[in-house]
Amino acid sequence: MAKTESTLVNMLLTLLVIAVISGASLGYVYKLTKAPIEQAKAAKQQAAIKDVVPEFDNDPLAEAKTLQSEDGLELKMFPAKKAGELVGVAVETLTNNGFSGEIRIMVGMQPDGTIINYRVLDHKETPGLGSKMEEWFRPQAPKADATADQETSFAKWLYGIKASGGGNRSIVGMNPGKNKMIVSKDGGEVDAITAATISSRAFLDAVVRAYKTYAKEANLSTDAVSGATTKEGGKNYE
Amino acid sequence: MNNWKIFANGLLKENPTFTLLLGMCPTLGVTSSAGNGLGMGLATTFVLVMSNMVIALVKDFIPDKVRIPAFVVIIATFVSVVEMSMQAYLPSLFASLGLFIPLIVVNCIVLGRAEAFASKNNPFRSILDGLGMGLGFSMALTLLGSVREFLGSGKIFSLAIYPEDYGMLVFVLAPGAFLALGFLIAIINKLKAA
Amino acid sequence: MTYALIVISAIFVNNVVLAQFLGICPFLGVSKRISTAIGMTGAVTFVMIIATLMTFLLQKLVLEPFEITYLQTISFILVIAALVQLVEIILKKISPPLYQALGVFLPLITTNCAILGVAIMVIQKNYNLVESVVFAGATALGFGLALITFAGIREQLDLVDLPKGMSGTPIALVVSGLLALAFMGFAGLV
Repeated sequence: MAKTESTLVNMLLTLLVIAVISGASLGYVYKLTKAPIEQAKAAKQQAAIKDVVPEFDNDPLAEAKTLQSEDGLELKMFPAKKAGELVGVAVETLTNNGFSGEIRIMVGMQPDGTIINYRVLDHKETPGLGSKMEEWFRPQAPKADATADQETSFAKWLYGIKASGGGNRSIVGMNPGKNKMIVSKDGGEVDAITAATISSRAFLDAVVRAYKTYAKEANLSTDAVSGATTKEGGKNYE
Repeated sequence: MNNWKIFANGLLKENPTFTLLLGMCPTLGVTSSAGNGLGMGLATTFVLVMSNMVIALVKDFIPDKVRIPAFVVIIATFVSVVEMSMQAYLPSLFASLGLFIPLIVVNCIVLGRAEAFASKNNPFRSILDGLGMGLGFSMALTLLGSVREFLGSGKIFSLAIYPEDYGMLVFVLAPGAFLALGFLIAIINKLKAA
Repeated sequence: MTYALIVISAIFVNNVVLAQFLGICPFLGVSKRISTAIGMTGAVTFVMIIATLMTFLLQKLVLEPFEITYLQTISFILVIAALVQLVEIILKKISPPLYQALGVFLPLITTNCAILGVAIMVIQKNYNLVESVVFAGATALGFGLALITFAGIREQLDLVDLPKGMSGTPIALVVSGLLALAFMGFAGLV
């Protein structure tokens, strides 16, 4: 078959036909995958909720509530109930203070605001540094401790920074209403991830925002978070 | 050139990564684990095979002067298809490959094969060429990913080989990608010379 | 995020080449001489800023209002390809000296994944228009810093006696690895 000539009409026509066909087929694929993409997102959300609150028998997704934080961000609250009793809340929170882009976290709290667990849903922090927040702020199991020391010893060697020794980096069991949940460098109670202070600050910012927004909704005290110097509660964590 | 040779060409003799040094960005960017490397390789293979096939089918209708933009549109279409399907059915892989999925569009291998092979050959041979090149690329990415994962965290395909505590984290981080690929290519050069 | 933080993190900490692996092809390809490295940096800076501006507007004014964001990849790459052609033609007409300096690098830029990468990244990071342009400029400077430093090292490497298998690309990659290691030190900056 003869090759199509490179006349202006031919060129424009070919490009137009190709663009229309590809646009239409993409639209079709988009329609096909739209539902599965949303399902995958919902499944991820559900798994995260299950991870961070005690066992429940209601459908938190159906009872979800959209709340406004003080600075106007939209947070989602998922109440977890067992036999009609509120056993915990999962709050999907976010921050824009991260090192690169938005960080989204699912924070699980007891009804009084004490943190049960968390799960990082989405972040674009530096792999190997800021990305450690996925595990860093959980209590250290003995074996995990050895791993953590190994990781920080690399940083220690590389940056000459003292690896975090006896400090506290777990936020589980803390209550943003009672504890000062900012990094220890800024005078708070939580040790930042080695060499990733910005990511750590952002992480805590998101967690505290989750608490504040939930507390406002549930009428809990927000003394410590709003910068009060007195600590009412003692350390209720190990 | 018989069909088998077309296929095997991309696997070894003209391996896109180790010999032609094409597509370096995803090669270095996503190979922090063997699984990621394999996922990226297969996604690229799909795009290569499909775009090679379509371009070989329609090559006679496309005027020479708008050849390249037409190829780019065809390639970008398949990349978007991969992007959406992966988001729907493999969300965790999509999350870890991230930005590098849309960037398959500018992977020099894909446009390179379209221009060098598919625009001159029949669809069947073009599919074979795409498959060979794609699998060669996947193999290279999986190999590099395995080496980095093994040295960095003591695992291959998330299977623990030795305790993670003894891993060299640097191989999972950015510098390790350059170092591991540099030494791998050096070893392959050496083997070829021998 | 303040602008200063965007600039510092894009140039040093999250260097586009050494930490994010974008634009590796020109990084390895045109880094044999410092002079060509400088020319490439100029061309990339120029195109990256304009391309990011155009794709940002395209995303906000066309793709999002019409809910056709699934056409993002395809439309961005077309805009970039067309833009590179346009820049080449305009530059030839209005500023021949600049064209002479940058001309040969322009066609290479279409397949520079850093350009498309940055265009997509500013959308993902939810930057506003000014932040996007600042980020694009800073990223291009980071690209230039890495490229020119690397070219300087490679010029010296020509004089070094290397094992046979290591010469060429392997040693270039090892040098980039060491450079990336050095740049990781900047992570302590912020």
